[in-house]
Amino acid sequence: MSYTAKDPEKRPLLALVDQASPPDVAAYERGGGFRGLRRVLAGMSPAEVVEEVQKSKLRGRGGAGFNTGLKWSFVPKETQKQRKKYIVANGDEMEPGTFKDRMLVEGNPLQLIEGMIIAAYAIQATHGVIFLRGEYHLGLERLKIAVEQAKAAGFLGTKILGADFDFELIVHPSGGRYICGEETALITALEGRRANPRTKPPFPQVSGLWGLPTVVNNIETFSNVPHILANGIDWYLGLSACDDGGTKLYGISGRARRPGVYELPLGTRMGVLLEECAGGMQDGYKLRAFLPGGASTAFLGAEHADIVMDYATPEKAGSRLGTGLAILLDDRASPIGMIRNLEHFFAQESCGFCTPCRDGLPWVEKLLIEIDEGRGTPDDIARLEDAARLIGPMGRTFCAHAPGAIAPLASGLKLFREDFERLVAQGRPSEGASPAQGHAA
Amino acid sequence: MPDVIDADLVETILDMAHHDVLPRGACIEAMKIVQDRYGWICDRHLKQIADLLGMSLADIDGVATYYNLIFRQPVGENVIMLCDSVSCWVMGTDGVREKLCRKLGVKMGQTTEDGKFTLLPIVCLGHCDHAPAMLINKEIYGPVRPEDIDGIIEAHREKTS
Repeated sequence: MSYTAKDPEKRPLLALVDQASPPDVAAYERGGGFRGLRRVLAGMSPAEVVEEVQKSKLRGRGGAGFNTGLKWSFVPKETQKQRKKYIVANGDEMEPGTFKDRMLVEGNPLQLIEGMIIAAYAIQATHGVIFLRGEYHLGLERLKIAVEQAKAAGFLGTKILGADFDFELIVHPSGGRYICGEETALITALEGRRANPRTKPPFPQVSGLWGLPTVVNNIETFSNVPHILANGIDWYLGLSACDDGGTKLYGISGRARRPGVYELPLGTRMGVLLEECAGGMQDGYKLRAFLPGGASTAFLGAEHADIVMDYATPEKAGSRLGTGLAILLDDRASPIGMIRNLEHFFAQESCGFCTPCRDGLPWVEKLLIEIDEGRGTPDDIARLEDAARLIGPMGRTFCAHAPGAIAPLASGLKLFREDFERLVAQGRPSEGASPAQGHAA
Repeated sequence: MPDVIDADLVETILDMAHHDVLPRGACIEAMKIVQDRYGWICDRHLKQIADLLGMSLADIDGVATYYNLIFRQPVGENVIMLCDSVSCWVMGTDGVREKLCRKLGVKMGQTTEDGKFTLLPIVCLGHCDHAPAMLINKEIYGPVRPEDIDGIIEAHREKTS
């Protein structure tokens, strides 16, 4: 069984993705593109579009997992002429270990654009922005070309497909900062400010970019929308292996034979991803643990190697689905070294607004350096536990950066307790703290 | 580096500002296009952008220094960004970093004496299936092995000589 063969029926998101040469408007339409948008503009009301997306059980693919149609339904019901509104694609993709949106943007940018146009119609937005991370140079180039092509073909601009609907779309390359992936920080960045998150409420759907109603969705989320509208709710629900709708872009990085991105039914088992898609671990390496969906998800031990990767099951096991792209910890890398690397990232990327995050995370990193380099004491382990307890819970800080930072630390302290204690007792640096280079496969 | 920003860039910046709700909405992209041409954002250019967009110098410098990809110091002709995030760490980015530092004779954050290369750490480049990854200017590399470094660096040295 092939997990990468092109199949619009089973793997709609990647069906037309071509990273060497993305489809132009004609090729996209030949492959079924713009069918969803045509159906919408041929007679559906905005409310009907929102309802259909809500019933399809599409949930946010950026990590939070909120029902997309429900999110759209919170936007005030006003027409385009009554109020300016925004639709924003979150393509910041700076979560370490995550590389799915890059594939969608580089390989089929028109799918994203069609999803945004449909979403714009649903909430009656007049303006759209694609926020793309600044390092995605190829993606930026291809997105800009695709926007121009869509404009020339009459899918963007005024009176789209003859309907009473106008929509203008621009691309914003980010200045580069992890926190821009948080939707209120992203909005602040688009206003030309330091991207500190804002308090919620008010939610962006009511007061977002420049104080106007704004919907921010992940690139993968938008890329699902055309398929729902083109093929219907039942078809979309049927793609999934769990209660929620659709397929998911899953991925594996680390010491697997074939790391990559794979489109599979939502709710596929981790064992299928690791063993069948990624070809298992490289020779000489065993799976020790993994972060199921990016750096800000808690470690799961090897006993969860066949866990169902839907929204609910990883949460029951103490972690989250997150972005759905798993990072593997093998038996030859030091878990303390890995946590040290993660906390360096989170300490560096804290926006600095809230004290527990700004001061607490560098303190956590320093303690981990001491332990990793063989200078730690048993008290340092207790201090890390205190920090996790004090910084981690939601509500101690403004946004989810600190809870996300603490997830791999708190879970790692439990899962790798013996490693921590042994390092402190032996008083010398951890082995595998700096994994050697090389693809065995 | 000219004292004032070239007229065509000024025109682009004013055009972007005009199309935004407030002119400041264009400030990040304005700094990026100025940097694309001159390599980095010097004090004089920063002041000029601030004036064009109706911002104070302190305000715009706060924005400039917030973002990874806006340089407020001179950089070399080639900017190397080596991923130091978790997937690349697992796959051996530490060895690549050591080799790069030795080859170029610099530490992370420094520029070579001949001004050819600046070496910087960067967070996850979204190239984790090809870890360890690095970006040189706009070109992505991966998986990079320490033994690949000599060839990659020499190729870029020739391109900019």
